[in-house]
Amino acid sequence: MRRLSSLCAMSQEKNDSPASPPDWSGLAAKPAFQALLKRKSRFIVAASVFFIVYYFALPVLVGWFPDLMKKEIVGKVNIAYLFALSQFFMAWAVAFVYVKKAAQWDKAAEAVLEK
Amino acid sequence: MTSAIWMFLLFVAATLGITIWAAKRNTGANAFFAAGRSITGWQNGLAVAGDYMSAASFLGISGMIAFYGYDGFMYSVGWLVAYLTVLLIVAEPLRNAGKYTMADLLAYRLSPRPVRAMASLSTITVSTFYMVAQMIGAGTLVKLLLADTGVSTETAIIGVGVLMVVYVVFGGMLATTWVQIIKAILLMTGTIFLSVLVLRHFDYSFAKFFDAITHLTYTDVKTNSEVTRNFLEPGMKFGAAVTNGWGPLDLISLGLALVFGTAGLPHILVRFYTVPDAKTARVSVVWAMVIIGAFYILTTFLGFGAATILKPHNIPLDNMAAPQLALALGGDLFFAFISAVAFATILAVVAGLTISASTSFAHDFYTNVIHHGNPKTPGEEVRVARISAFVVGALSIFLAIKLQAANVAFLVGLAFAVAASANLPVIVLSIFWKRFSTFGAVLGLGVGLLSSIVLIILSPSIMGIDAVDVPAAKRHLIQMKAIFPLNNPGILSIPLGFLAAIIGSLLKREPDAEAKFAELTVRAHTGLGSEKASSH
Repeated sequence: MRRLSSLCAMSQEKNDSPASPPDWSGLAAKPAFQALLKRKSRFIVAASVFFIVYYFALPVLVGWFPDLMKKEIVGKVNIAYLFALSQFFMAWAVAFVYVKKAAQWDKAAEAVLEK
Repeated sequence: MTSAIWMFLLFVAATLGITIWAAKRNTGANAFFAAGRSITGWQNGLAVAGDYMSAASFLGISGMIAFYGYDGFMYSVGWLVAYLTVLLIVAEPLRNAGKYTMADLLAYRLSPRPVRAMASLSTITVSTFYMVAQMIGAGTLVKLLLADTGVSTETAIIGVGVLMVVYVVFGGMLATTWVQIIKAILLMTGTIFLSVLVLRHFDYSFAKFFDAITHLTYTDVKTNSEVTRNFLEPGMKFGAAVTNGWGPLDLISLGLALVFGTAGLPHILVRFYTVPDAKTARVSVVWAMVIIGAFYILTTFLGFGAATILKPHNIPLDNMAAPQLALALGGDLFFAFISAVAFATILAVVAGLTISASTSFAHDFYTNVIHHGNPKTPGEEVRVARISAFVVGALSIFLAIKLQAANVAFLVGLAFAVAASANLPVIVLSIFWKRFSTFGAVLGLGVGLLSSIVLIILSPSIMGIDAVDVPAAKRHLIQMKAIFPLNNPGILSIPLGFLAAIIGSLLKREPDAEAKFAELTVRAHTGLGSEKASSH
């Protein structure tokens, strides 16, 4: 971590004197960086598609299948309320998985900059 | 009622104290615009929550649930889910590639002047719409809560406007942040306490609570007859039967504006520049999600509590559901506390809007568009931001007082629609699409902004024919049959924004921007070269 921040500090100084900026395209072309990008975008696309489908299922089901949603399943509590409530836990769960994954990506990004 | 004023004055005194403390530490642009990038993860999480949860959420959603039951609660859901877009797509690349504003990310590889000019226009438009809505809300609140104290609507609007300008001009981002943190703590305290009081009313039994919700007997004011309804069943507000069939589609359109608009709200985006790095930005979104999610789940107790305990026919206005519930369950002092919380809520949001609008004007428009990125003298950028905070404040006070009697409930929806249709497409394409060009960005921002505004004007929010006896605050601004059937334009304006940005980029290629894509990608995903915290 310290090496990363000192590296960043160095590049910061270099940015101020445009003579020797970091080798951006060299870094971008590294196989390790390309692999990181691929892993990252695969997860972000999958997670985004999942949460968007899950979220919009609520207004679709409530709007066009109200009778199904009115079914009471836990005491007086119906599917409509439970599904709406589940959205909060879905959002927290996706955020939790993302943070776990992002910690791995942080390490991979550090490795790309170190070499 | 006077205890409400005392509690509010206590909040004002505390926040002014913070402003004086922050003013002493405000040295330089980094400190003024980004709080020296020294805010920690949990602090920024609370501040994001405080910046985001407006009086419309606290009072408006409680009222919607109290009157329309389940449909009001369904409205609550999107406000949290929206943060997944912020977390997964926007927060970290923005922090890594930018300095003070959303436009920094766009200008990184596109031609800075046209892009910044358009982004600044869109930022100031979103912030002004949102701010005017908040300030009129403050005026209405005073009329309802402090009717017998002699504070007039105008006094409330001017008071809120002056305070927000003082926080921003003297305390900069640091003072704004702490005002938002305190507000978030107050709002959560009030909400949790009120929820516990509701549960206590039902002997801490969820079964009894839901029994009452599902068999709610009250007087329907329209027919003046007693009815028993299941308030947990969907359809009372957005159902096809009560909305000429357009309700479900309108709800989806609103959901789109929330889920894509939150990640394009300038006052939320600037918060991620106040933390030391992208990792902390990520942590702060998670903190914000915990607080925001907890709050919106608790609207179950606030809204259904008001419906079951007060009964809808005893609530004069939807915005009064939560304060009246506090009065019924906790007495005068708790009512005063909840009223003060509502004011603190408004103040924290408008301060955030003021600083994001004035930062964008100073940094994007003045420094980078007019002066090509080279301010004439050091410190000029901060001075211009302070002056624009004054102008933004004065303009909002003027507009809020002028429009206070008009029906402006559409303004918040409009702000979200513009953020989703103009800002989000260009942010996403700039990070992920190599071919994205300056022409695409300008076209995307322009079409997104314009289509949202035009569609809102043509919608039932503004157009409609009212009976003669409808009061001014409920009258449609244009007395004609609506041309566009939905209140929320997102379902059409968001695809239009994306399409315009993509078509513009395909029409006019930009080799320079494509060449810089590798640099932006490395920077966005590794943090190499990103703005560092100032040492102190």
